[in-house]
Amino acid sequence: MVTLVKSEVRVPINSGADILTARLEGRQLASEAGFNNSDLTVIATAISEVARNIVQYARTGEIILGVVQDGNKRGLRVEARDDGPGIPNIELAMQDGYSTGGGLGLGLPGTRRLMDELQIDSKVGRGTTVVATKWIR
Amino acid sequence: MRVPILKQGGYLIASIQSALSDQDLLQLRDDLAEQAGRFRSRGIIIDVTVLDIMDSFACRTLRSIAHILRLRGAETAIVGIQPEVAFAMVQLGLALGEVQTALDLEEGLALLNQRTQLGNAGEK
Repeated sequence: MVTLVKSEVRVPINSGADILTARLEGRQLASEAGFNNSDLTVIATAISEVARNIVQYARTGEIILGVVQDGNKRGLRVEARDDGPGIPNIELAMQDGYSTGGGLGLGLPGTRRLMDELQIDSKVGRGTTVVATKWIR
Repeated sequence: MRVPILKQGGYLIASIQSALSDQDLLQLRDDLAEQAGRFRSRGIIIDVTVLDIMDSFACRTLRSIAHILRLRGAETAIVGIQPEVAFAMVQLGLALGEVQTALDLEEGLALLNQRTQLGNAGEK
C-alpha cells in the first residue's frame, strides 16, 4: 500500500513562472527524500512537462508533490490537476510527436519514460489529472 | 531573470546564470535576434552550464533561436549541457536537431572559429 510520508506540497499553476516554482519545489522535496542528482534532474524535467501541459491546455491548475512509501520503497509522487478541456483521446496523446497545442508532442510519452509510473484520468470538458511516481532505486 | 549577452569580437556569448522561465527563454531569443543584427555577429554561443533541466520548451526555443540566427547569417553553438541534463533529455526524447553543441565555452569557440572561418575569438 502506498502511503504519504509527510504532508504534500501544493503549487498553484497560473502562469509560465509557476512551472519554474513547481520544478524547484519538486527538486527540493525529492532531494530531501534521498534521490540522487541524476534522478533529481529527471524528476524536475517531468514536473516541467506536466506543469506546462496545464498552462498550455487548461491555463490554470495545481501541482501536488508528495513523498510516498510502499513497503520499503520510497518515492516521489507528482500529481498535475486541472479543470481544463480534458484529453479526448489519451491513446493518441501518449504517442510521441502527437500534439494539439503546437508543441513537440513529447510531454506525456516523455514523462512516462522519465518516471516509473504514470496514470492519466481525463474527462472531456471536466479536466485532467496526471499522476506520476518515481521510486528511489 | 534576463540572460546577460557579452560581445566578443564577431561573436555574442549568452551566459545563462540561473534556471530560466519560459518567458526568460523567449526574451533571450528576442535579445539575440536583435543584437546579432546590431553587432553583425557571425557566431553565437549559448552557455547552458547552470541550466537545471532542458525540457521540451527549452529545447524547442533553443532550436528556433539557432534557426533564426542562421537565417540572419550567424552560427549558434550550445555549450555546457550537463551529463544528467543530457540523460533526462534522451529519456524525454528530445533532440537538438541541426543545432551545434560543444562541451564547454572553449570548445564552443573553437567550433565557431571553424564554422565561421574567423580567427581567435571571432576577431574580424
